[in-house]
Amino acid sequence: MLKGWKVFEPYLLITPQTVVFLLFLVFPIIMIGVVSFWEFNGYSMTPAFSTSNYVSIFTSDVTLKTYTNTFKFVFLAWFFCLAIAFPVSYFLAFYIPSKQWQIILFLVCTVPFWTSNIIRNISWVPLLGKEGLVNQMLIGMGIVQQPVEWLLYSDFAIVLGMVHLFNFFMIAPIFNSLMRIDRNLITAAQDMGASGFQVLKEVILPLAAPGIAIGSIFVVTLVMGEFVTVRLMGGGQAASIGKLIQTQIGSLQYPLAAANAVLLLAVTMVMVMGILRVVDIRKEL
Amino acid sequence: MAATQCARSEAPVGTPSNPAPGPEVNTNQIKDVTLRLIGTGVSQINEIRNKAQEDLGFKLDMRALSTEENNQIAITQPNQYDIFDGEYFSLPLVVPSGNLQPVDVSKIKDFDKIVSFFITGKFDGMPVETSQGTAPFKVMYLTGPDSKEFSPTPTGLATLIPFQYNADTLGYRPDLVGRKIESWGELFSPEFKGKTSIIDIPQIGIMDAAMVAEALGLMTFGDKGDMTQEEIDKITEILKEQKAAGQFRAFWKTFDESVNLMASGEVVLQSMWSPGVTAVKAKGIECVYAPLKEGYRGWGGGIGLSKNLSGIALEAAYEYMNWMLDGWVGAFLGRQGYYSAVPENAKKFMSPAEWDFWYDGKPASEDMIDPFGKTLEKKGAVRDGGAFKDRFGSIVCWNSTMKENTYLVQKWNEFIAS
Repeated sequence: MLKGWKVFEPYLLITPQTVVFLLFLVFPIIMIGVVSFWEFNGYSMTPAFSTSNYVSIFTSDVTLKTYTNTFKFVFLAWFFCLAIAFPVSYFLAFYIPSKQWQIILFLVCTVPFWTSNIIRNISWVPLLGKEGLVNQMLIGMGIVQQPVEWLLYSDFAIVLGMVHLFNFFMIAPIFNSLMRIDRNLITAAQDMGASGFQVLKEVILPLAAPGIAIGSIFVVTLVMGEFVTVRLMGGGQAASIGKLIQTQIGSLQYPLAAANAVLLLAVTMVMVMGILRVVDIRKEL
Repeated sequence: MAATQCARSEAPVGTPSNPAPGPEVNTNQIKDVTLRLIGTGVSQINEIRNKAQEDLGFKLDMRALSTEENNQIAITQPNQYDIFDGEYFSLPLVVPSGNLQPVDVSKIKDFDKIVSFFITGKFDGMPVETSQGTAPFKVMYLTGPDSKEFSPTPTGLATLIPFQYNADTLGYRPDLVGRKIESWGELFSPEFKGKTSIIDIPQIGIMDAAMVAEALGLMTFGDKGDMTQEEIDKITEILKEQKAAGQFRAFWKTFDESVNLMASGEVVLQSMWSPGVTAVKAKGIECVYAPLKEGYRGWGGGIGLSKNLSGIALEAAYEYMNWMLDGWVGAFLGRQGYYSAVPENAKKFMSPAEWDFWYDGKPASEDMIDPFGKTLEKKGAVRDGGAFKDRFGSIVCWNSTMKENTYLVQKWNEFIAS
């Protein structure tokens, strides 16, 4: 009797999570896949097996243009997030001796999350707008005569908004892996005569790689599906796949939107698998 | 005949074949009704709900949604609402879903007092009679009780009972533009390069773009409200060229965004909705809702009944409809610049000064205050475009759902991605 229980115990324990997982993640995704083959007119959709949604996606040059644009945002947001997050985490992990201060400063990094996404985005307007603080300062200092327009409603603004939003997702895992580095390794490297740069390159970077990979997965997947920042910071003039899907849903074209979503999911999975190929994150777990 | 029927049914009250109804059954039943409404933020307002609950005695549950969400729920989630508060141009999408039941106009007390254009398609021979697009009259009536087809002539079975509508046009900042704007064509004027905006909802944005293109003589349309694929191709090409040349500063999707663009000075001239203009003015910033020589783009909203309504809840819904036309709401919304379906009723709830300003186009004899207590216009101001008749009569096209809606959305995405 007891032996039977021992066999079933792990299965029983994972059952609730598996059910939730199947019901709220796997099943909806399967439904999206199914709907993507349906037909639709202006106001309703009918179950069918039609590939016309996919045909129209793959034959339209809008798809390629929009993906190119989205990849551009992914690369830029990822690059700047990493460029900011690594030094910040490094500073937190190695230059702040007190555990308490590390935690306090780490929490400071979460400040952007204290308000909603939309408010954060809108509050850039008085800063970067034509009559905003930055432009007033530039004009006041005589650096420019006309207000600089590309500060807002531009690709620059979109990437800025994304980096501001998603930086923490990079900081947290990198900080985590830096904290796990055994300090004796660094001391040992220094004893062996390694310079500061060599320690960084030969010891810290390889050990931080899993953290960087996890952070990259966060940033890449978040930016791939992003549409709020693209719309608000880009002034609606820039395209991303998320925004394209949103417009289609808004016009009740669910099957077409579903087909786009399936493609987006596939592309994002390929990118994530690519990252996992380069770095073995299991070391982190 | 009548006598036999009487004899058969009139058993003494209280006997088993004719039980006496308990006194508590019918008296207050309607008080237990809660009507669930869906609509846009324009009219799903707490002040309206509270006043209606107070006057009618039953409960209302309101949900404020975007135009798009409102349509989505109306079409795909029929069990989530009892009353649909939507726009006429949504009807070619919503009615075929079969989720609405026709309104029996004989139960609407003031139906005959509704502005004639809605119920007969006539308006003193003014241009609005020949307006293009999904004009309310074209989708006002159904051919039968279970019909999903619109009747071109009055039938007594209405889709929606109108309660608010307006004539939309371009808004601009007179302090930053420096001159009068009198034509839709100005939206593409090089003078305002990088300072204009257009609405990013395909079905509305395309109409504004069409007005601009026609005004500039760039192209003509057979019917702006029902474009052909070639016409859609051509107008999106024009939009793409303008976008590539940097004509637009931004696009907006909700009216708050249009307010922010205008109030911050990012944009000086753009397509706008009237609450957007009043919101800019309420911030103390000058904004003109320009009467343009080509005419206005109209929209109209009304309330319709869910298929699920029956019995006492249906009665309550009719009571609510009658209340909506009774004038209080008309006056409330009128103070933001919307028009009431029955202006003579709204007049009863407005001060003479308010009526003269909002409907008659006369100079304000006192400061105009919006329903939320903010001053919109100082004494002496005149409503842009003037009197109701001049503004409404000059509508030349309406927000539209075209036959080529799917193609339109595809091309619109192309424009945004370009």
